[in-house]
Amino acid sequence: MSLDQLYQQIILDHSKARHGSGLSETPAPDGASTGQSHQLNPVCGDEVTLRVAVDHGTVAQLAWDGAGCSISMASASVLSEMAEGMSVDELRSVIGNFREVLRSRGKVHADPEVLGDAAAFEGVARYAARVKCAMISWVAAEDALNQAA
Amino acid sequence: MAVVSTPPTLSRALPAMDNAEVLRIRNDFPVLDQLVNGRPLIYLDSGATSQNPLSVIEAEQEFYEQRNAAVHRGAHHLAVEATEVFEDARQTVADFVGAQFEETVWTSNATEGLNLISYALSNASLWAAQGRGDARLRELALGPGDEIVVTEMEHHANLIPWQELAYRTGATLRYIPIDDSGSLRMDQAAEIVGERTKLLAFTHASNVLGTINPVSELVALARRAGALVVLDACQSAPHLSLDVKKLDVDFAVFSGHKMLGPTGIGVLYGKQELLDLLPPYQTGGSMITTVTMERAEYLPSPQRFEAGTQKISQAVALAAAVNYLTETGIDRVHRWESELGQRMVAGLEGIDGVRVLGPAAGQDRIGLAAFDVAGVHAHDVGQFLDARGIAVRVGHHCAQPLHRRLGLTATTRASAYLYNTTDDVDEFLDAVSGVRAYFRA
Repeated sequence: MSLDQLYQQIILDHSKARHGSGLSETPAPDGASTGQSHQLNPVCGDEVTLRVAVDHGTVAQLAWDGAGCSISMASASVLSEMAEGMSVDELRSVIGNFREVLRSRGKVHADPEVLGDAAAFEGVARYAARVKCAMISWVAAEDALNQAA
Repeated sequence: MAVVSTPPTLSRALPAMDNAEVLRIRNDFPVLDQLVNGRPLIYLDSGATSQNPLSVIEAEQEFYEQRNAAVHRGAHHLAVEATEVFEDARQTVADFVGAQFEETVWTSNATEGLNLISYALSNASLWAAQGRGDARLRELALGPGDEIVVTEMEHHANLIPWQELAYRTGATLRYIPIDDSGSLRMDQAAEIVGERTKLLAFTHASNVLGTINPVSELVALARRAGALVVLDACQSAPHLSLDVKKLDVDFAVFSGHKMLGPTGIGVLYGKQELLDLLPPYQTGGSMITTVTMERAEYLPSPQRFEAGTQKISQAVALAAAVNYLTETGIDRVHRWESELGQRMVAGLEGIDGVRVLGPAAGQDRIGLAAFDVAGVHAHDVGQFLDARGIAVRVGHHCAQPLHRRLGLTATTRASAYLYNTTDDVDEFLDAVSGVRAYFRA
């Protein structure tokens, strides 16, 4: 597998654009119930603090702060863009599907219908050392959802 | 500022190493002969673990095929032979670092060696508190008011055991800071190492900065204070001529797998009078003289610290590794690697947006270089290099406090050994020069 298959255009774009980044400057919407999670990968120092705001069973906002490699940052950005507007159940199911693809060592293909832009991370599954990079914000989102919902 | 020093020349004046010799050496290392991502493997991660020559692999295999038995027990033929090669290996490794046979203790790695010292010292404190042992042992005991001194550049293995020793005994942990170029602040060291200091632990050569520390100056500070000296020789024993007696340290540790040997074996050197005085760290079989249901008396070093069945095949293989280094000439290896290290730093410094940690080009360093690429995380740098078949280490290299001091969380490290050519370094530099463009930094 080539480097370009790992670092797809969408990933490189999102690693720079970082949708939803800027937690402290982004107040949670009024009336929403929030949950926040901090995740750290001690191996490489990737770090994400992520907050979800849930309003009547819908993800109203997903904001985060983080530092790390392009894959971890792009993955948080894609997640934030996708999650907003989803129902809590939908997001949980997407997270579950993302995890299944990422942990499959390339055996389970990503369905763009389900994962949207996050399907671009399919190639990461073949790099065991990078799976945690792609997962870190999704793990944080799952944890934050449990607190908010 | 230290300038590049020339290691002492061998009595047998062998010519300096060159690429042609390195290519011959490489033939001895089967693992290096492979393609990674369609490119010939360039292994620049020997600071983490080194590769094994055939002679090491064969020594371990030969042991299992011809001599395998438990050592120091049993009167049968194989047991005698196994014991013989096991103890011959100890002598070989002892000679390599200028130690005596009895002062050379097998551990599973350097980390275990450091923990061994740390626990033996807190056991000494416990013994002393209960009136066990003599006056000399009481002098080794630590307690509130005593200080343990480390440096800001330590690997976690030479930091956390001392944090925990301080916790167990009530002693205080202090550290010698570094300056921005990665050298110890020796002016401050002179103030920090004082009459309260019971132990000074530091690395001979930094696994991140490549700095070679002034051992004799630090030992002199410790002697003035009456403190014990622990030397982390993980990054020096494999790469330069180490003489623990000349350096006059009390303890030194290193790992086999960083010096062409197998994993699972390391060495603790300790001055004999200290080793024979200290309580053991682990207890059990093979390390006792007399055992009753109530208590036990312990053998002197090295058996005192080698409880249970030992790492026999690994010890034999480590001796083969040491022989390989000796036959090549450790001073020649040192000089070659210094050249590779300088080439790395000079090249990296010339790449836009790359910041090299530690001594600048032209200053003394071992054959490694850790660096930051502006706007690109180390993990991405490592992945980019891997796509070109180049193996480097990324992360904090088990030195989080050092990275924090330098304002970084993760860096990329290239570390050379005797099987790397200048072409390897040039390929690596060429790859690094393409990193920022690829990641649009």
